Amino acid sequence: MSRPTGDRSPRDLVGGAPRERYALRFDGRELTAESGQSIAAVLWSAGILAWRTTRDGGAPRGAFCGIGSCYDCLVTVNGRPNQRACLVPARAGDTVTTQEGTGRADLAV
Amino acid sequence: MPTSPSDPSSQEPSVPGPVVPGPAGLGRALPGSADCGPAVPDLAVVGAGPAGLAAAVTAARLGLRVALLDAGERPGGQFYRRPAPGLGAVRPESLHHGWAAFAAREAALRTHESAGRITYFPAHHVWTVVPDGGRWTLHAVAGPEERSVSVGARAVLLATGAYERQLPFPGWTLPGVVGAGGAQAMLKGGLVLPGKRVVVAGSGPLLLAVAGSLAAAGAAVPAVVEAASYTAYAGRLPDLLRNPGKLAEGATYGGALLRHGVRLLTRHAVTEAHGRDRVEAVTVARLGGDWRPLPGTGRRIPCDALAVGHGLVPQLELATALGCATRSGEDGTVALELDAGQRTSVPGIWSAGETGGIGGAQLALAEGELAAFSVAGRPAPAALVRRRSRLRAFAGAMAAAHRPGEGWTGWLREDTDVCRCEEVPAGRILEATRDLGARDARTVKLLTRAGMGWCQGRMCGPAVAALAGETSSAAGAAPDRRPLSCPVPLRHLAELPQHTD
Repeated sequence: MSRPTGDRSPRDLVGGAPRERYALRFDGRELTAESGQSIAAVLWSAGILAWRTTRDGGAPRGAFCGIGSCYDCLVTVNGRPNQRACLVPARAGDTVTTQEGTGRADLAV
Repeated sequence: MPTSPSDPSSQEPSVPGPVVPGPAGLGRALPGSADCGPAVPDLAVVGAGPAGLAAAVTAARLGLRVALLDAGERPGGQFYRRPAPGLGAVRPESLHHGWAAFAAREAALRTHESAGRITYFPAHHVWTVVPDGGRWTLHAVAGPEERSVSVGARAVLLATGAYERQLPFPGWTLPGVVGAGGAQAMLKGGLVLPGKRVVVAGSGPLLLAVAGSLAAAGAAVPAVVEAASYTAYAGRLPDLLRNPGKLAEGATYGGALLRHGVRLLTRHAVTEAHGRDRVEAVTVARLGGDWRPLPGTGRRIPCDALAVGHGLVPQLELATALGCATRSGEDGTVALELDAGQRTSVPGIWSAGETGGIGGAQLALAEGELAAFSVAGRPAPAALVRRRSRLRAFAGAMAAAHRPGEGWTGWLREDTDVCRCEEVPAGRILEATRDLGARDARTVKLLTRAGMGWCQGRMCGPAVAALAGETSSAAGAAPDRRPLSCPVPLRHLAELPQHTD
């Protein structure tokens, strides 16, 4: 079994500091982003692993492939649905909301 | 990947240039190319990972004018992924093996770029390559605003790399279950971890690298769960012994795991992930020789994340759409058929790296350079040719050792979602194969929608092919066909010139 390693972090490995830190909102909650992080990275660093529910089962989903291939991490950013959270850079003041189903409830007839 | 000044991969080969392409390369491949205007690049390289980057800088050194198109914001591909500049990392190399080989080529890229020999198009996702009167036109979607961009070239090198092979198991759609390569990418690019206690599972050498990185970055890794047996390598000893560098690389990973107290369980698999809204534990079971889980051997390991993957799959959409011939690899994936000069079966189209069979970054660097010599019509240095053949042999040994055994389907349940996008459970796919006679992934897709969602079957494709019996048939799995390699706004399709052929 691995020893508890609460004393190390990814940042310790690479050193330095982010150019900026800024706030964004996820489902009404304020999160801190480091400049250069993707939306998925910001959510992961806040311990959030799910930001979408599936169309059929309503099951929670988040980042899976991490490189933009699987489209599991789709999320609504500033009102625009179906953005890949693992690719889209987080920007100051972004409003990120959990995407339900297609994210197009506004088009429902 | 250890590098030293004597390691040919760590330095750009010094070649006097510029030269005129000779008869074996560009000239012969494209007889009509003399008509091209001076603005048309000699070579368009798709992908700026190890293979594409090495090819682009070598081709530029050999005197070719090169366009380098890449979906990423920065060169390096998945292997040399690093934090965005805004994150201010001062030691990005500490997340990598073989950083010097990349740094040398990135510096060369910048030099060639400012000299006008390479035009570099970052954040350009090429979605199709079409013949266009003796040359090629590459269509790309550019930037977050999805602009439509076309680039012409006399020859094309496809260095589109690979994505991770996934095999489904109950609970694999739970948040916290992430691709092993995905966990690595998120760590390298965003400096984040999916959890504090991360089990690493699946098959292939990537698992050791991922476990080492996660542990070094502060995650507890209770176990690396490898389905294959490393003794499977023993049958290919000569190929292993010809590659002391690769063995040292393996030993480096092994040493890192020991240092972090990580246990390696071979012939084991995660057969279920447990949790309600996120993963809380996994069941790990022993496997028989064909990867069938042995009843009664399951035990639970608590964790808050699982990083899982079963090797890599060549990314071939652009190549197969062009009609490039493929072959079945020893790892059960489909790869491009390439000749000694990295030519595909389609004149004017070259390829290098993972597209020709999964083999890792060192091999990709070597093949990228070889392809550049070939496109330029120049003889390749003998040492480079030997290096490629040695690394290819090693890749073959690895591929054979980690080929999924057919018994893996034994850990599926009827209600296990196989297709994540369309939420198609194994039971529906078995219905299609057992009751409705589907014998290939395409028929299963038409009957069940498996593979019809956003990812276009990239995640479920290998599993569906196996369930349909494709991978065990003599012909092997058919290559995936995706006419567009990424989602493309309809307006871009509407803008394409009409073809009347």
